[in-house]
Amino acid sequence: MKINSRSELVELRKSLSNKITLRESGATTDDTIEILIGMATCGIASGAKDTYNELITVIEDLNLTNVKVISVGCLGYCYMEPTVQVCIPGEEPLLYGKITKDKAFELIEKVIVERVYLSDNLLIRSFDKAGASNE
Amino acid sequence: MVNIKINGIRIQVPDHTTVLEAAKKVGVHIPTLCHLKLDDFGIVNKVSSCRVCVVEEIGKPSLIPSCSALVYEGMNIRTDSVKALNARRNNLELLLSNHPFDCLTCAKNLQCELQSLANELHITEIHAKGEKMFYPIDKSSNAIVKDPNKCVMCRRCETMCNEVQTVGVLSAINRGFGVVVAPAFNIDLADSSCTYCGQCVAVCPTAALIARSDIQKVWRALANERRHVVVQVAPAVRVAIGEMFGMAPGTISTGKVVTALRRLGFDAVFDTNFGADLTIIEEANELVHRIQHGGVLPMLTSCCPAWVKFFEHQFPDMLDIPSTCKSPQIMLGAIIKSYYLKNLDILPRRLKVVSIMPCVAKKAEGARPELSKDELNNVDYVLSTRELGYMIKEAGIDFANLEESEFDNLLGESTGAAAIFGTTGGVIEAATRTAYEMITGESLGNVDFKQLRGLEGIREATVKIGSLDLKIGIAHGLGNARKLLESIKAGTSHFHAIEIMACPGGCIGGGGQPYHHGNQEILKKRQDAIYAIDKSLPRRKSHENEMVLKLYDEYLGAPYGEKAHDLLHTCYTPGERI
Amino acid sequence: MNSKYTLLVCDGASCKTTHKANLAAGFKKVIAEKKLGEFVSVVKTGCFGICGQGPIVKVLPDDLLYVSVKQTDIEEIVEEHIKNGNVVKRLLYTDPFTQEPVEKQKGKKIYQKQFRIALRNCGLINPEDITEYIAVRGYEALASVLADKTPIEVVELMKKSKLRGRGGGGFPTGLKWEFTAKQPGNEKYVICNADEGDPGAFMDRSVLEGDPHSVLEAMAIAGYAIGASQGYIYVRAEYPLAIHRLNIAMEQAREYGFLGKNIFSSGFDFDIDIRLGAGAFVCGEETALIHSMEGQRGEPTKKPPFPSVSGFRKKPTSVNNVETFANIPAIVLNGADWFASIGTENSKGTKVFALAGKINNIGLVEVPMGTTLREIIYDIGGGMVNNKEFKAVQSGGPSGGVIPKEHLDTPIDYESLKQIGSMMGSGGLIVLDEDDDIVQLAKFYLDFTQDESCGKCTPCRIGTKRMYEILDRLTKLEGSPDDLDILEDLAVNIKNSALCGLGQSAPNPVLSTMEYFKDEYEAYAYRKVKHTYSIITDKCIGCTKCARVCPVECISGSVKVPHVIDESLCIACGACYTACPVNAIEKP
Ligand SMILES: Cc1cc2nc3c(=O)[nH]c(=O)nc-3n(C[C@H](O)[C@H](O)[C@H](O)COP(=O)(O)O)c2cc1C
Ligand code: FES
Repeated sequence: MKINSRSELVELRKSLSNKITLRESGATTDDTIEILIGMATCGIASGAKDTYNELITVIEDLNLTNVKVISVGCLGYCYMEPTVQVCIPGEEPLLYGKITKDKAFELIEKVIVERVYLSDNLLIRSFDKAGASNE
Repeated sequence: MVNIKINGIRIQVPDHTTVLEAAKKVGVHIPTLCHLKLDDFGIVNKVSSCRVCVVEEIGKPSLIPSCSALVYEGMNIRTDSVKALNARRNNLELLLSNHPFDCLTCAKNLQCELQSLANELHITEIHAKGEKMFYPIDKSSNAIVKDPNKCVMCRRCETMCNEVQTVGVLSAINRGFGVVVAPAFNIDLADSSCTYCGQCVAVCPTAALIARSDIQKVWRALANERRHVVVQVAPAVRVAIGEMFGMAPGTISTGKVVTALRRLGFDAVFDTNFGADLTIIEEANELVHRIQHGGVLPMLTSCCPAWVKFFEHQFPDMLDIPSTCKSPQIMLGAIIKSYYLKNLDILPRRLKVVSIMPCVAKKAEGARPELSKDELNNVDYVLSTRELGYMIKEAGIDFANLEESEFDNLLGESTGAAAIFGTTGGVIEAATRTAYEMITGESLGNVDFKQLRGLEGIREATVKIGSLDLKIGIAHGLGNARKLLESIKAGTSHFHAIEIMACPGGCIGGGGQPYHHGNQEILKKRQDAIYAIDKSLPRRKSHENEMVLKLYDEYLGAPYGEKAHDLLHTCYTPGERI
Repeated sequence: MNSKYTLLVCDGASCKTTHKANLAAGFKKVIAEKKLGEFVSVVKTGCFGICGQGPIVKVLPDDLLYVSVKQTDIEEIVEEHIKNGNVVKRLLYTDPFTQEPVEKQKGKKIYQKQFRIALRNCGLINPEDITEYIAVRGYEALASVLADKTPIEVVELMKKSKLRGRGGGGFPTGLKWEFTAKQPGNEKYVICNADEGDPGAFMDRSVLEGDPHSVLEAMAIAGYAIGASQGYIYVRAEYPLAIHRLNIAMEQAREYGFLGKNIFSSGFDFDIDIRLGAGAFVCGEETALIHSMEGQRGEPTKKPPFPSVSGFRKKPTSVNNVETFANIPAIVLNGADWFASIGTENSKGTKVFALAGKINNIGLVEVPMGTTLREIIYDIGGGMVNNKEFKAVQSGGPSGGVIPKEHLDTPIDYESLKQIGSMMGSGGLIVLDEDDDIVQLAKFYLDFTQDESCGKCTPCRIGTKRMYEILDRLTKLEGSPDDLDILEDLAVNIKNSALCGLGQSAPNPVLSTMEYFKDEYEAYAYRKVKHTYSIITDKCIGCTKCARVCPVECISGSVKVPHVIDESLCIACGACYTACPVNAIEKP
């Protein structure tokens, strides 16, 4: 799919903007829940791949059709790897650290199904960033 | 032109001048080590690795290497600041801290650039001592000895091997403290495609690369009463050896060399030039044969052993184009070991042939297995010009004031055509003189083919021989040879004959000659001397050498005939590029 | 009391150790006492990134922050805020700019010490899905320069932004592009330096793995600016995931027409190839990198000529670092003025650091230039592990130096670091505490550089080896006071006369530690350093664990009787120290 001009690109971006709003503020109307998991070398070295597989299994087992797991890069919290970010529409996205394979079930059950915080693993996003999603 | 200041002295110099050159102009000396600039060959070793020449550029935090840093308008240099002096001394001390201190018995004692630098900077103590490199000495080859522990990483050899000769054997290997220049994976030189051209030896500032010394073996042979030791002297030796005894470059000392060799105890003193005349007869016959019988053309000369090894490794698919003639030294050796031996009443193994050669590769050539007969080498020991010089010195012979004498007969007779073998263009000119008369059946009046002379790296000329336009190519330096060969391979050039010599200038610039340090003036003087010898001789065409003719008559039969083939021709083995 | 509250209580290592507080437990206790359990849940969270003001309590859904909360404040917060719905003003987080207490955090985020430009998309988007990059305005920077700007204008924009190279040297990127653009000829190259060889540095890897498209996009912008149609990414083979993601990204970018011929119908062609490096540190040096790409030995050559004049294949080449590139699309989209408004006078924008060592929050951080070390270490990094005394920070890896306590408040930028004897380098920050041995640290770096030296020039090849040998002697108590002078001479001369940046900066770890911690060197030189472990008799319980692990069997004593170490035999391996259950072993 070749993009031939800036306006085509901007059109395409606008059609995609929902997912980024979900991740940045949770302010979307969509009902898809996203779990972002840090899958850079550092995350993988701490077991992110196993966590990833386990999350998928749990989601399938619980038949959660509106939950997507997406692998992303590193957030920089090496001391808390593997890290995941749970983005629930209408809620502020939250970060969790040290979500190893055996924490995956608990994460889904507590945070997504029961909608409570997973104490002990909560990580506060401690940075601001250059805005790029606004024009 | 740019205006700069060196040690407060203002000077105007052309663009692209190095700081080192500029300093020289105002009489400021800066020590150097890795730097090598053979202007006349366009060879510059630009690695700037030793850091012995660093100077301070006012306003810059880091010192700069004067050997390669170029001047620019307004540059302000101090070569004498404490900062620069400290760094230079420190770097030299570091080099010394990693050097084996066997100077007293080192092959380069008093000829070592590191040693003289230590003297110049008056180093009397090494402050940071420590571990030294420890590599085995590579004595695998018959020509070159490589002692990595003496390598100062100036990379001059690498420049010669890769850029000038395009042989590509030497390069830096390993990392950190253990870095040395060596063949890839530090394999032995003997297992590499080294041609033994010796150009690395010629530029090495220390004894990391030296020609193998065969002096002791020759002394031993001379000391043995039962040995009959004969010696032959290559054409380029006689115009260079005088330099080792304070004589001017280009002094012809043929007669003195002969006298000296007799004094050293050789039983007979022969002239490789005889072998050269013989070579021309064979080679000219081969060429004419190839031209007249639709053989492979061009024909390449095969006198130069480094060149032979080069094409065996680099162009193994083109082994049918070089002439099959052995080199003059080997031809003469073969004749000595057969024809000359015949009249001696000794066991063949008691006859030893020593060659004095301007060359390092000749040492390896002498040991090639296919150049032996009945398990006896055509040539037993090869000494370089320098080695002969050392022997003469050791024997206390006052070379410069020596009386002159003549070579022994009959293998001492030679023509002007043989004399010019020592320079680039000479072999092909000699061959042309003979081929001309062979093809046309007429006598050649003017034997000087000036169009074949000179010092340019690659030369081309056409010589009219009757109805034939003989197309001739000449290259010296293996990098130039590669260019010629590649053009032949690509079918873009069409020659009948090509002469190739591995060393810049030909044998006069050989790796075994007194060090000329790239000074082309010295090479020119040697070349002039070679042509002067040619001119001075009564006979200047190889086929007029009466002793050679006599040899054919009495012993060899027809030129390029069966016996000649057996004794005077050889074959080549394809090699790999390693 | 209207709704259910959640209290997010900071449980970061810093707050836990610095304040020795267990606030979460405290809150739970008070809440239980007041029987408010069903209205409030207490959740422990990780670090907020403003540890300097910790411990921190965030109240949801009111979305406000209480800072510096002490055990004694718990009662008041629960009583006033939870029960009565009144904000406890004295504990509110204060906006550092307005100096106003922030009552409603909503909309007004707390001011973070970290500001991410290069890492802006890392962890937010799926690096293997180009549409996610497009969703964050990916490739719009490229589209806009191709549509609206001439190459010269792009160069001007970069110059105006004052972006400087993040690969270590800090050379202004706009100027580099300008030099390259001005060279004659139309065969030019863009090279992305992704060799990242500093031990401990991994910011470039994170960018490539988390946001590869931003690098590709920036390279295309660079290509347009300097007049190149081919780019190369020189990446170390030890980064397989980065290479994998780059390959995917390049393929997708080609599919969308962001790479290849006639990009955005502008007539501009640009494509990118990957070249793998074998992982030699020196190959990160740009001239060595170029030689390595050309198939030669990875060895630096003298500059000038700079790559911008004669680089890859002897053509004008702009070599830029990964992080440098990652900043560029953001600069184009947000404007040069925006970028130039961040940072210090001469160093604009942000810098990514890899925080490591004796610090609680080990990880990648990105802060505006001019942030102080104190902020990085105590606010973002969560302070020292076990609340130990801060000793120094090693910055800039093997090319840098240490920054001692007295410079903790130096705003970090290229110049200030150089001034205090260190270097920005690629951005490794290793935090040392009172237990760390400075001379051993210097030895570690010299061991690295002497090993990684390409061996070309004398000072680096032999000099760094000699420096290492002296440090080795010293730390084995075999050195002498003279060694210190020799070491310093060597360091200065190597710095002054080495051929490339590796050698010129290799002595920095020694020079800077000698400047600030000369006493530690002297202690070794005069052999005042106790070099053996010993047992504190009062503490030893005679468990025999130490004696059993000692590899040279120099510990003796019977069960339940204090043991002793024969100091003449001790090799200071530290095995006993680790084995001892009661901290009865004293370090050298
Ligand atoms: C020994 C040495 C190692 C280097 N390693 C790297 C490296 O890993 N990555 C890098 O981007 N620059 C490295 N550099 C700096 C590069 O030479 C060059 O300055 C840089 O890539 C230019 O990009 P920038 O202007 O974007 O910083 C190194 C320099 C030296 C002297
Ligand atoms: S002579 Fe200049 S660096 Fe060696």
